[in-house]
Amino acid sequence: MDLATIQPAILIASLMVSSTPILLAALGEMVVERAGVLNLGVEGMMITGAVSGFAVAINSGSPALGFLGAAAAGAALSLAFAVLTQFLLSNHVATGLALTLAGLGLSALVGKPYEGMKAPTLPKLDLGPLAEIPFLGRVLFSHDVMVYASLALVAAVWAVLRFTRAGLILRAVGESAEAAHALGYDVVRVRVLAILFGGALAGLGGAYISLVRVPQWTEGMTAGAGWIALAIVVFASWRAGWVLVGAYLFGGVTVLQLNLQAAGAAVPVALLSAAPYLVTILVLVIISARGLQGAPAALGRSFHASG
Amino acid sequence: MQRGGETVLSLEGLGKSYPGVRACDAISLDMRRGEIHALLGENGAGKSTLVKMIYGLVTPDAGEMRLDGQPFAPPDPNAARRAGVAMVFQHFSLFDALTVAENIALGMEDAPPPRRLAARIREVSELYGLPLDPRRTVGTLSAGERQRVEIVRCLLQGPRVLIMDEPTSVLTPQEAEILFETLRKLAAEGTAILYISHKLEEIRALCDTATILRRGEVVGTCTPAETTAREMAELMVGASFAPVAAAARETGGVALEARGLAAPAPGAFGTPLHDLSFTLRAGEVLGLGGVAGNGQDELLAVLAGERALPRGMLFLDGADVGRLGPQARRARGLATAPEERLGHAAAPEMSLTENALLTAARRKGLLRQGFIDWAAARRFAEAVIDRFDVRTPGPEAAARALSGGNLQKFVIGREIAQAPRVLVVNQPTWGVDAAAAAAIRQALLDMAAAGTAILVISQDLDELFEVADRFGALVGGRLSEIRPMHDLSLERIGLMMGGAHDMEVAHVG
Repeated sequence: MDLATIQPAILIASLMVSSTPILLAALGEMVVERAGVLNLGVEGMMITGAVSGFAVAINSGSPALGFLGAAAAGAALSLAFAVLTQFLLSNHVATGLALTLAGLGLSALVGKPYEGMKAPTLPKLDLGPLAEIPFLGRVLFSHDVMVYASLALVAAVWAVLRFTRAGLILRAVGESAEAAHALGYDVVRVRVLAILFGGALAGLGGAYISLVRVPQWTEGMTAGAGWIALAIVVFASWRAGWVLVGAYLFGGVTVLQLNLQAAGAAVPVALLSAAPYLVTILVLVIISARGLQGAPAALGRSFHASG
Repeated sequence: MQRGGETVLSLEGLGKSYPGVRACDAISLDMRRGEIHALLGENGAGKSTLVKMIYGLVTPDAGEMRLDGQPFAPPDPNAARRAGVAMVFQHFSLFDALTVAENIALGMEDAPPPRRLAARIREVSELYGLPLDPRRTVGTLSAGERQRVEIVRCLLQGPRVLIMDEPTSVLTPQEAEILFETLRKLAAEGTAILYISHKLEEIRALCDTATILRRGEVVGTCTPAETTAREMAELMVGASFAPVAAAARETGGVALEARGLAAPAPGAFGTPLHDLSFTLRAGEVLGLGGVAGNGQDELLAVLAGERALPRGMLFLDGADVGRLGPQARRARGLATAPEERLGHAAAPEMSLTENALLTAARRKGLLRQGFIDWAAARRFAEAVIDRFDVRTPGPEAAARALSGGNLQKFVIGREIAQAPRVLVVNQPTWGVDAAAAAAIRQALLDMAAAGTAILVISQDLDELFEVADRFGALVGGRLSEIRPMHDLSLERIGLMMGGAHDMEVAHVG
């Protein structure tokens, strides 16, 4: 085994890239769940975003348009979920699972002509002298714009939930839809908007896989990232900061175990491959066991205003 | 008290129908500045629909409202609040996981920034003698403190009309007295208060005028101070009913005994039980009072066997039953009826026969070699329906289809008909109309006379005065000393229930 081939700077830089899809999807789902809605369709929305972003980027030649298209496609798919659960009062869990199945099937169909093609990818952001800083320059200032956008979104979601009235109303709706309704807030509208936001972010996360990380289209390429995002939301106790920690931890262990495999570590490959899942769940269970915060009280419960 | 202020809010022929029910029909009333106006009626009389219309939660389908002479038709509560109408809810309007300040901000039109809001909350709450810490999480507050949050939320907006929906149902008598002081100050400042309650003595002490509703219509108005509680009750019910009478009875041996009973809190916002000890003799009614959320539900759960107890804490006829489950305890003669009727005492979608079977299967022999004897189950359900005058089309009706009072009669009757050794009931007449409540209390007394040991957990002190021989108060999951009921005054009971905590009389004026 040759551990010297693993360079910390490159390791950290690549973990940021590898974590971004899950971070975006988990952040979106966290907002959805804070509004009291459990959307298990994250995987379906991600893969839909991945294929839509890829198709739009190929046809327009612009990765930026690709990301926009992916966000729109993710939001559009989540709109179906919103209509079913918020207006027709269908069960959140069943509808979310159906959304994942629909997204996987739809993306396979739409993506058939694009298999094997190469999409224009996002350029690294030119940060001039910052990128020249030893170590830090390589780690922090050599990424594409989506990495920074995802970090900015974490900060923005945290600040909106904590400091703004809109965030307070969203949390209130997730705590008790009846009480929020009694105070005159439009529960269904808040929830639909949250669902659309979650769909758009899941779409962006998917597009980041097909346009930056891989970058090409293969069927089923999200490979369970949506489910990991869902788990991270729960174990992160519905907090933006811990979602970031969870996503980076998962991405970090993924990159590390790939490096270890390449370096020929004397550990069974199966165990290394499972390591990201095991470590992330273990760490986040320890975090959530400290009882920082429970689930939103109205999570997954349909609301219908009577009278 | 002011009586002659100009009219602030007037309702003219207000009506609202739901499919199959006329919830409100041609209701007219006027509220004047500085008036405390009681709205009286049984459950389902249309009180809550009426106040929801005033608060913009429900749109009336007939009649009109005027606020200061201007037409007033709030499309939503925000509009009602902007116009100066505020409401303190009985349920459903606080968020457990949010702080006091956040909860208050949610109920305000344009909430100031957090720091200024916190200062305003302190200022107003001190002024009216309702101390509150804006940073506390609401889920950790007592019922009385939660109500302060709601009241302060209203006061911060300087309302012209304040609606209070059964505000004292969660307060100790002392806390209620302080609330009345606050309301009188507010009225003296010119606020019109619409006060909903079914506690008639309280209305007699507090309110200037009362409007009485029955089946969605106004059936009378009166000046409460000049009307007896009994007259008002008969107006509400539309009939006179027999008062509950206790027969002389003798108590036998100890049937149920708790020795240092303790249990951890079941959830984040539950109450742990600490060192509860009591004995309950055959033929005796022990009443446990206390403000909601002081361990009543938790106590019922451990007595029923929904949560098991360690050895040596609970004895039925001298045998340790702490580790037995609900079915085993029932088989030995310990029957229980929880507070929540739908979903706890009865399965909403199942028929009355099926619900009867769920608790009575063993004691009434409704099973044959493990198979259900449907004919016997149906006969048992019919017997309960007949004996307790449950109004329902028949034993095949779903539990959900019954009104609250009728279902309550059924679930209590189901336990009584099993002739248990010990019966534990939590809030036996909660949300039940006066005539049905009297019937249930009479049935409890008759059972005690026949030798059953009865434990009544209730937040309604009048009820405990009527039925209990001895009284203890639950406070924060602990049990006070148990005293004979006839030695106790309302004031003494209030002190046993924790008095007024840290509340103080309003400083205004």
